[in-house]
Amino acid sequence: MRNLLPILTVLLAIVAIWYVAAIGMNSTWARDQAARAETRLSAGDLVIQTLTLERPVLPAPHQVAAGLWEGIAGQKITSKRSLVWHGWITLSATLTGFAIGSLAGILLAVGIVHDRAMDQSVMPWAVASQTVPILAIAPMVIVVFASAGITGLLPKAVIAAWLSFFPVLVGMVKGLRTPDRMQLDLMRSWSASRPQMFWRLRLPSSLPYLFASLKVGIAAALVGTIVGELPAGASAGLGARLLSGSYYGQTVQIWAALFAAAALAAGLVIAVGRIEAVTLRRMGLAR
Amino acid sequence: MTGALSILAVWLGAWGLNIWLARFGTRATRFLVALIFGLTIVVLWEMIVRIYAIPPVILPPPTQIAASFAANTAILWGDFVQTIVKGALTGWLLGGAAAILTAIAIDRSPFLQRGLLPIGNFVAALPIVGIAPILVMWFGFDWQSKAAVVVVMVFFPILVNMVAGLAATDRMQRDLMATWAAPYGQSLWKLRLPAAMPFLFNGLKITTTLALIGAIVAEFFGSPTKGMGFRISTAVGRLDLPLVWAEILVAAIAGSLFYGIVALIEKKVTFWHPSQRGQRG
Repeated sequence: MRNLLPILTVLLAIVAIWYVAAIGMNSTWARDQAARAETRLSAGDLVIQTLTLERPVLPAPHQVAAGLWEGIAGQKITSKRSLVWHGWITLSATLTGFAIGSLAGILLAVGIVHDRAMDQSVMPWAVASQTVPILAIAPMVIVVFASAGITGLLPKAVIAAWLSFFPVLVGMVKGLRTPDRMQLDLMRSWSASRPQMFWRLRLPSSLPYLFASLKVGIAAALVGTIVGELPAGASAGLGARLLSGSYYGQTVQIWAALFAAAALAAGLVIAVGRIEAVTLRRMGLAR
Repeated sequence: MTGALSILAVWLGAWGLNIWLARFGTRATRFLVALIFGLTIVVLWEMIVRIYAIPPVILPPPTQIAASFAANTAILWGDFVQTIVKGALTGWLLGGAAAILTAIAIDRSPFLQRGLLPIGNFVAALPIVGIAPILVMWFGFDWQSKAAVVVVMVFFPILVNMVAGLAATDRMQRDLMATWAAPYGQSLWKLRLPAAMPFLFNGLKITTTLALIGAIVAEFFGSPTKGMGFRISTAVGRLDLPLVWAEILVAAIAGSLFYGIVALIEKKVTFWHPSQRGQRG
């Protein structure tokens, strides 16, 4: 809690800069309007006008907060204008994809650790694939699935799975390899079978690495889902909200969707972090 | 039936070869094993598409992608320059420079560090790509808005790594500089910046992929009539999938090259670090 004061200070500074920037960036439009109406604006009027525009260049923080509140609490949850509804669409695809991707990553990592040929074949490509901007092909995946007649949750989940797969795979391989010679030799001297070695030594010692990469993976899965919602035709989800906001110049809507996405990402990462803390404490691994 | 059998034969053959090769574990065979695996995937892809007559709209065969790549080199090069060189690279350099300067600026204030670091770590996990529509609105359709998206995306990861790097020297080393009466500037330049380099390069390497992603995704929100993101979305609209895959190939090559070049510079700059020394010996 020692960090609370500095964090609050920095946050306050950001909000202050934001207000100043909002006044600066919106002033041109406000001045134009005043010139057209042939009135002169006093400094106070200018500030008030720039902070209450309908479609500002940069909405002020309180406008975004109002947009967010309106989207979350001001609508019925089933309404198409409700951020809760859009957030749920995004969340369900993210979680489905994350579950598939991390499960596949863990299984493949187990195979890689136990089979040398698999290790040498797959690992270089798995590492190299991290340098490739996979996210950029997300819209293509959506369109290809759509041309095969599959729409909705599945195509987005595939992208999310694909993005969370590689971090989990790489982290899990690293984790399963952490037991050193001495520990492995000890297991051998107890004549432990291969499955026993896996369940009692390798798997428990890999958990800290697994959770670290799960956090990266779930953030990546969310980004993948949101980008997967961008192609025209998608009408639901936070990504679609961003896109429709940018088409119709609804800046408040964009910022509200953006903050909803940020809150969702933070919530997911914190949730994984909580599971991590509880699991590690139960297993006596907490540091 | 014969088709399925031949696919199975190629797969089992390559797999057997790899199991045999993997026993040696030398450098050359390791490389060979990875290469054979990659080639097998491409060959199987081609065979499956041809034997089961999968329409190119769903999955074009590698040969068709290669043909499209060869036929459209001029377009692909133009898109590469627009998106990677102008958008991603400019943004990455600007964002990196801004992050390094910010890190040095807040380095003297523990208060600011304690405030900025948790926020930086938090922001690094957010879907920042989402600001693309806003920045496209502000900076127009051309590469400037793409560079701006990249700046925001790469700023926080590099900042967090650089701040950690500047804190990497230990008490003893800093005290030694103090006993030599080194002023702040000298101890920064001669001790702490070099010590921060492994951390900085870690951040720079992570962000190479982010830079490409930012530049390409930002083009989905509006772009001039060239650029990789523009080409991908319009070619998908015309169901010209071979061209889309050719663009993906360009993105993959560019991403690997970008990462490779940064890793190469890292090797030159941080030759003294254990992780680099280990690789040679």
